[in-house]
Amino acid sequence: MTVLANSLIVLTIVVGVIFTLVTVIGILRFPDVYTRAHAASKSATLGVLSILLGVFFHFWFNEGHFSIQLILGIVFLFITSPIGGHLMSRAAYLSGVKPTVLTVGDDLAEVVKKARQNQLPPREDE
Amino acid sequence: MAFQILLNFFIASVWMFMSSSMNARTFIVGYLIGFLLIFMMRRFFKQRLYIERLWATIKLTLLFFKELTLSNISVLLLVLRPNLNIQPMIFALPTDLEHDWEITLLASLITLTPGTIVLYVSDDQRTLYIHAIDVDDVDDAIDSIKNSFEKAIKEVSRP
Repeated sequence: MTVLANSLIVLTIVVGVIFTLVTVIGILRFPDVYTRAHAASKSATLGVLSILLGVFFHFWFNEGHFSIQLILGIVFLFITSPIGGHLMSRAAYLSGVKPTVLTVGDDLAEVVKKARQNQLPPREDE
Repeated sequence: MAFQILLNFFIASVWMFMSSSMNARTFIVGYLIGFLLIFMMRRFFKQRLYIERLWATIKLTLLFFKELTLSNISVLLLVLRPNLNIQPMIFALPTDLEHDWEITLLASLITLTPGTIVLYVSDDQRTLYIHAIDVDDVDDAIDSIKNSFEKAIKEVSRP
């Protein structure tokens, strides 16, 4: 039983570390901000989540302490991390960061241009 | 839905008063009896039984965990591939979800699924603009995933 519990703990923490490492490699290798946001918002979520889960299992099985804070941490991470990824890439797009040259199509450019024209009429002093 | 749960709690507390023992076991017994009563009286509620929506929520959660795992494995394979020949694309996805929370939930789920990030929600909330990391193997698969997610969310929100 202890062996089983310990191997579960080791497995979750190793998976978490691997995914965190993949996040770092992805951020270094991908060409632009949007593809980097992919690596950062997905792998980092699951990475930190697995590590927290491993810590939770360790304290539950080996110390007999059922930690609610860790569960809450996992839930909060789940709620906030996709929103963070969305907001950062949205802010990047709206402030005019160009996607990489590899990008095939861009349906959003038209919309943003039209919205700009409607909201901000050209100033007279320019 | 909230009304049915409240009613169930109310029946459970009435059961606790009737058996005049204030502990968790009596509450659980009363709750089960209350659920049985609500199940028998289901014709008189305008909405579905709350247990069905609860079940739909659980199914959505399981679907979400499955997609999260798959997305991480796909990003892992993409990152560790020796030559980085990706074709990103920004495409529009029409949606017919209505409430704000449904669209937020759909956007969060899309952001955590394989190779897609929601960049922009249009002002009339009818279109989501999505950045896909690799277009040729994702584009069709994405649409089917969206349909499954959208269907699951609708299943939860149906009154």
